[in-house]
Parts: sequence; structure tokens; C-alpha cells
Amino acid sequence: MTGGTAAPRPPAGGPARRLALAAWRPAGALAFLVILLVFPLAFQNPTVTTIAVDTLIFAAAAVAWNIFSGYSGYISLGHAVFFGAGAYTVGIAARAWHTTGDGVFVLLLLAAAVAGGLSVPLGLIALRVRRHTFVVITIAFFFIAQLTVTNLTVTGGSSGILAPSPNWDPATFNNPFYYVALALLVIATAASWLIRRSRFGLQLRAIRDDEDRAAGLGVRAMPVKLTAFVISAVVTGMAGGLWFYFIGQAIPQFAFDPLFDLSVVVMAFFGGLGTIAGPILGALVIEPAQQWLTLQYTNEYLSEILLGALFLLVILALPRGVIPTAAELITRFRARRRSRRAEAGPPAAVTAAAARAGQAGTAARPDPDPAGQARAGREAGP
Amino acid sequence: MGRQIYEAIVDGILGGGIYALMAVGLTLIFGVLDIINIAQGILVVLGAYLSYVLSVHLHIDLFVGLLITVPVMFVIGVAIQWLFMRPLRGRERATMSLLAAYAVALIIEGILYRVFGPNFVVLKASYITSSVHLFGFYLSYIYLYGFALAVACVAALYLLLYRTRFGRSVRATMQDQTAARLIGIDVNRVAALTFGIGVAVTAIGGMMFGATSGGFNPNSGYDLISRLLAIIILGGLGSIGGALAAAVFMTTAESLVDIWSPDWAVVVFYAALVLVLVIRPSGLFGKRLARAQ
Repeated sequence: MTGGTAAPRPPAGGPARRLALAAWRPAGALAFLVILLVFPLAFQNPTVTTIAVDTLIFAAAAVAWNIFSGYSGYISLGHAVFFGAGAYTVGIAARAWHTTGDGVFVLLLLAAAVAGGLSVPLGLIALRVRRHTFVVITIAFFFIAQLTVTNLTVTGGSSGILAPSPNWDPATFNNPFYYVALALLVIATAASWLIRRSRFGLQLRAIRDDEDRAAGLGVRAMPVKLTAFVISAVVTGMAGGLWFYFIGQAIPQFAFDPLFDLSVVVMAFFGGLGTIAGPILGALVIEPAQQWLTLQYTNEYLSEILLGALFLLVILALPRGVIPTAAELITRFRARRRSRRAEAGPPAAVTAAAARAGQAGTAARPDPDPAGQARAGREAGP
Repeated sequence: MGRQIYEAIVDGILGGGIYALMAVGLTLIFGVLDIINIAQGILVVLGAYLSYVLSVHLHIDLFVGLLITVPVMFVIGVAIQWLFMRPLRGRERATMSLLAAYAVALIIEGILYRVFGPNFVVLKASYITSSVHLFGFYLSYIYLYGFALAVACVAALYLLLYRTRFGRSVRATMQDQTAARLIGIDVNRVAALTFGIGVAVTAIGGMMFGATSGGFNPNSGYDLISRLLAIIILGGLGSIGGALAAAVFMTTAESLVDIWSPDWAVVVFYAALVLVLVIRPSGLFGKRLARAQ
């Protein structure tokens, strides 16, 4: 995907090798971006491009979710609040100002502002509590939001709100949506990458590992958590606004959809929580599968059952996500090959040292932390 | 007005008994397994549909039918825990189990939709429609019976937890799983049985919900789970007494607001939750939250 940014740090393989690996990642990311850029030129079937736009929107939302929940460990099941807020903001503003065509895309900035503004008080309340209580509070926010838009008149009650329908050429109708969604995904991924590399990202992950110890070491937990929450909400709000314009309508139970929360979380888990490429990979696999199931079984109830089964499968079979699992396999493979090569040549003492170095390389990897995993595994009960 | 308020309070307390029963199951599961069983809402609906099938197709009385539905729901609960919760390991276990429960809820919801369709159904019985004149109010018999049953069940759960050997091992597991294991408690067995018991009460809750809610369909699970979550958080996660008090408090507050504005009555539920948490993050009766994760 975007260069497998979660791949393990290059093990001690000489500077040349390290350079090669370092060049690999941006090259991979660039190649992937080029593929995404030319995709609508290669595939013009509206069914395909519709799924593609949907996938990109969800990928952006999943990356945004991961910026907060993946890095900080605070699992939010209420990001649909920001998604829905973005959708309704664009809807209400477009109706009030009679915006049409490309102008509606500018309203995404307003959606970002509203979602961001909303996230500050919500974050201040929710981020005072941890773990399960946090999860449940975010769910409570979600239900409050859904009930509120159902009861207000400005949001159109239960019949919702309609988006302006642009009069673009039907043959390339989806293209503007596609490229705006792609831009959003690129922005979100860049933000995720920058945050992960920064001191701020380090503070977030320190909070995830042990908030009290992080606070003891001088991390001001609340501002750090809140900032990540707001950044995440801003991108989710834009994704919601774009989704609304693309779908053409927002009604309370779809703009504020519990399935949205579940999907985004499963995407991030599938690819690898707290990694950069993970949520994108998850969205690329799960969203088309979801759309395909819905198309295949127009009887939506069957698709719901299959979707639930797919989620269970992901959770049970790939609990750590594709990217961390693959990264670990690669590291283990390299370590084994290195030790085999060492066995042939230098004496045993060096082999042991090399093996130890290999292990150290694994443990020093910032994420995922296999030592932590093992520890948690031992502590975990039934 | 005054009369309406009295009525609302009586309604709230009687309705609260039913929610209390469902919430106790949820908070018990949390206390022992550290899992928020988000499928509890749809399991209540499943319990309601089981009662519906028994009463419509086999003409079994709703209360007698519980003798069948309670064991069935118990087995379903044990199966869910054994198949989907027990295998989960690792640092994100708590979150994963929540997501697994979510996925299970989705599957059950889809199955219910396929079998029963989206139409609302109601449970019918003579004691649902007839009412008794008591202290100047007309009360439907079902509320009285249901409340009595809920109180009896909560009392039975209390006895089970505080007066039996099994209950002691459950409470030991709630306090410290590792220590419980060290003194020879089969934690896996306790976990499976607790999940089963927590789900078994949804059979009773479901029957009562189906009889008093004025109609339900497979989508009713969302509304239920959100209320139940609000109740157990407000009461303090893992606190059984807290769940009881919060259930009665919440339903009473809701039926009071319902006098003025039915549309916003449900919002009160969550607004109360947020308000309480701003003042007291661990809920009304919760222990201080564990500091280390």
C-alpha cells in the first residue's frame, strides 16, 4: 500500500541495504498514488467508479479514525457523529445559499469547521474517562446526535435533507467526487504520517501504552488527546460532507449509522491498528466487499448477516491486523536467514550475538510491540 | 398535572424494574469478563421473538413460555462466549470482544429480519390489555406481574451471587482474575456461565419488553442497547446495585419528560448520562476507575 510504512525498521543489514529499504517506501506510496490517479481513466463503468468513490471516502474516514483511536488507544464508536455532522452541514449550507456544482465542494471546509467545533466539547467530556466507559460515552453521543437531527426541523426530521444534484456529464459523473475523495485521503494520510513521526505522535502512543506513566513523564495528556480527537473529527466531517453530496441525501439513520462506526473500526483493525497504511488497506478490502455483498444480495438482510460473519472472521482470524502480522513474519524470516548464514561462517558466539541483535530489532520496533503483545496475552483472561 | 406526574413516577418505577433486570445481566457480564456485550439489545429482541413464536404458534402462555426461552437464551449466551469471546487474546482484547459482540448482534439482527421481516409485532395476552384499579390509577396487570418477576429475578441473582459457592467464585473473578485462578477457580467456566446467565435474563426482559413496548421489530435492538449502556454506565460499570438504581432513575426521568415532550424524552436518557459523567466520571455507584490500563 502506501509503502508499507508499518514495516519493521530495517534490521542491521548495512547502510546500503537500509538505503534501499528507505527508498522503497516512498516509491511504493508514489506508485500506489499513481494507480489511484489513473484508476477512473481505466475503469469507466459507473458501478465500479461508484464503489471506488465510496471506498476512498471510507478510507479517508478510517485513516482519520486511526489518527485518534489507533494512536491513542481510545476506541471511539461515535465518529458517525462527525460524519453525520459534516453531511448535514453541507446539506443545510447548500440549501441556504443555493450552492450547486463544484461550489458544494468548498462547503467541505465548513463541514470540517463544524465537526471540529463539535468535537471540542464532546472530547472534553468523553476524554475524562477511559476504556469501556469512553467507548460507551461515544456511543451515547452518537444516539444523542441521531435523535437530535430526527427531532429538529432545520435537519428535515426523519425525512432528512437532499443534496443539490450537479448537472455533470453522466459519462464522467463520478470523477469529480473521485478526485476530491482522493485528495481527502491523501491529506488524511499525510496528516497521519506526519503525526506518527512527530513528538506529538510519540506522546499519543505513550498515552496508549500507559497513560499514567506518560503523564508522569510530562505528557500533558488531555491537550494531546483532545488535539488528536479534533484532527480526527475534522477529517471525518469532511468525509461525511463529501459522502452526502455523492449519495445525494442524508436521513438520520444513514448519516448517523452505527454500521459506519463498526465498518471504520473493522477496517482499521483489519489492516493494523495504529499503522499508517493499515486503515487504507482495510478500507480497500472491506468497503468493496461490503458494496459487492449489498449489490449481490439485494435482499439487504442477507448482506447484513454475511457482513457480520466477515467482521467476526477478521476479528477472530486476524486479531492484530494484516500489516503488523506480515511485518512480524518478515522480521522472523530475515532473522532466521541471517542466523543460518551466520552458522555457515563465523563461530557460535557471533551467531548468538546476531540472533540477539535480531531479537532486539524486533523488540525495538515502535509498533506493534511484540513484547507488549505477549505480556497482554498472558494477562488476558477468558 | 399533579396526577400525571404521579402516574409518570409509577410508570417509571415499574418500567425501571424491567430495564433493571436486563441491565443487571449486562453489568454482570462486564464485571466478570470485562466485556461490554453490545449484543444484549438484540438478544432482548430475540427473547421477545421467542416468546412471540411460542405464544402465537404453540399457544403457550407468555409466563409459562419463559420456562423454555430462559434455558434457550442461556445456551445461546454460553455459545456466544465460548465461540467468539473466549478465543480473543492480546492487548486489544476488550475492544475486540466489543466488536465481536457487535458483529454477533448484526448477524442476529439479519436473521431476525429474514425470518420475521421488518413489520412490528406485539405480544398478546389477556393480562396485557386488562388493568387493575389501584391507589387511584389504572395499571395494566402485565406491569405488575413483570415488576414482581423482575424483582424476584434480581433477588434470585443476588442470592446466587452472595449465598452460593458459585457466586463466591464469580465475585472473586470480578475482583481479581489472576488471584481467582491461583486459588483454583476455573475462570473459563465462570466466564461462560456468567455470560449465559447475563444473556438468560434477556429472555425475561424480552418477554416483558415485547408485552409493554407496544410493538417491536428487529431494529428495536439499537434503542434497547443504547438505553442499557446508559444505565450501566450511570450506575457504575460492574455495580449491580448501581444498575438497579440507575434503571429506575432513568425510566422515571424519561416518563416525566414524556409528559411535556415525547420527542425529547429519549434524549433525556443520554443527557442525564453525560451530565452525571461530567460531575462523576465513574458513574453514580462506580468504584474509582482503575488507573492503569
